[in-house]
Amino acid sequence: MSREGCGDGDRVIICRCEDVSRDEVIEAIEQGYDTIEELKRYLRIGMGTCQGRTCQRLVTQILREKTGRNIEEIGTTVTRPPANAVSLGALAAGGPTEEGGDEYATP
Amino acid sequence: MQLPEKAEVVIIGGGVNGAGLAYSLANRGLSDVVILEKNYLTCGATGRCGAGIRQQWSTEANTRMAIESVKMFEGLSEELGHDIGLRQGGYLIIGHSDADAAQFKKNVAMQKSLGLGVSYLDPSEINGIVPILDAEGMGATCATWCPTDGHADPFHTTFAYAKAAERLGARIYRRTTVTGIDAPDGAVSKVRTDRGDIKARWVVNAAGCNSAEIAAMAGIDIPIKPYPKEIFATERLKPLFKPMVISFHDGIYFSQQEHGQVVGGISDPEAKPQWRAMPSLRFLKRMASTLTRYVPDFRHLKVLRQWTGFYDVTPDAQPILGEDEDVSGFMQCNGFSGHGFMISPSVTKALSEYILDGRASTLDMKALSKKRFVGELDREASVVG
Repeated sequence: MSREGCGDGDRVIICRCEDVSRDEVIEAIEQGYDTIEELKRYLRIGMGTCQGRTCQRLVTQILREKTGRNIEEIGTTVTRPPANAVSLGALAAGGPTEEGGDEYATP
Repeated sequence: MQLPEKAEVVIIGGGVNGAGLAYSLANRGLSDVVILEKNYLTCGATGRCGAGIRQQWSTEANTRMAIESVKMFEGLSEELGHDIGLRQGGYLIIGHSDADAAQFKKNVAMQKSLGLGVSYLDPSEINGIVPILDAEGMGATCATWCPTDGHADPFHTTFAYAKAAERLGARIYRRTTVTGIDAPDGAVSKVRTDRGDIKARWVVNAAGCNSAEIAAMAGIDIPIKPYPKEIFATERLKPLFKPMVISFHDGIYFSQQEHGQVVGGISDPEAKPQWRAMPSLRFLKRMASTLTRYVPDFRHLKVLRQWTGFYDVTPDAQPILGEDEDVSGFMQCNGFSGHGFMISPSVTKALSEYILDGRASTLDMKALSKKRFVGELDREASVVG
């Protein structure tokens, strides 16, 4: 992730769901929240609708730059089920509901 | 980072109680405090909890502790210089039977006598508090309502305590595992870790579900068992309701958090004490069928994420607090049985008083000693999840 192409003062968004910028990620790392699980809990990165699918690789990249640790050392957050968002109606019925046959489709 | 050779107080466990105690001590001038955390701050029960803060309890002691804690939570963001995300949207407790109604009336009378603003409601009054609830679907016969209950962000509360403690001189060591405790002649002397040993005058066991294991290192037996508890978060919604809604009968609790997601859990009557952290479809189905009965419109709401935490459960669902009777200098701060976050302000204040003044003036810790487990127990009835 490079800031080139962004004018001075532009806010580079890393986590769209929770509206977290690159500068905020860097500031958190400098404050000592320097692992992927701690950044998640401090900034809510990966707790939004995308569940980290969009932001986690970007955060990993920043962590690598700032800490010098490699990607294997940085790792990933623990993946939480369900793999895709599922409606409570579908779960309560034990499967896809009549009114929402696409409950299990990829968003 | 090299561990220090010695410290006045070594706290084992970087949850809200460990961090809160480090802050309380340092804030009163005892800054020679070390927290040892085997992974990262909030990685145990604190960071997995439902975040609720309630004052509606069935025993007077718990109600007093909770009222005191809410008063302290109210000033905490300012005191610590960091927003802990406190939102006082109230707690609505749903009753389902005549027995519930009788118990609730008794609870409300006791709580009111302690100065708590709380009321007993008929089913027809429930929608005035939370319009989306289906009183009939819930099978509600009554409810109680306390508008100053609420929730706070467990991550930021812990981080705020930790940062403030560090500013005052406390030291926090993450990814440091305690491997042994030396307690010759009935007094603690040293904590051993995978990164070296620290001599200590006081050792605080704030290790949540690992507390029995930590106590055993000092030759102490405490009856704490880990119960896995599942919880989920949904996609975000616009602000829809403010209170935490709970039912002891159905074992359910849910609230809408600051960021818009609905977070909630439900107890499993067949749960056994065990170390099993795998999330289950059984939980999701159970939660979904009960929650959609409470709020039919939620059938369209989608679950984003589920996870598991552990309650550190004692035989009477009350914590074990204070200096151990058999090993001097060994402080117990565990066994919170699912309500460790919400009472952490008053608990950590009382423990810091004991360490600094030789006695806790704000809490009767004698009643919470491990010695109570040899006699008759007064079990807290209002436990959910």
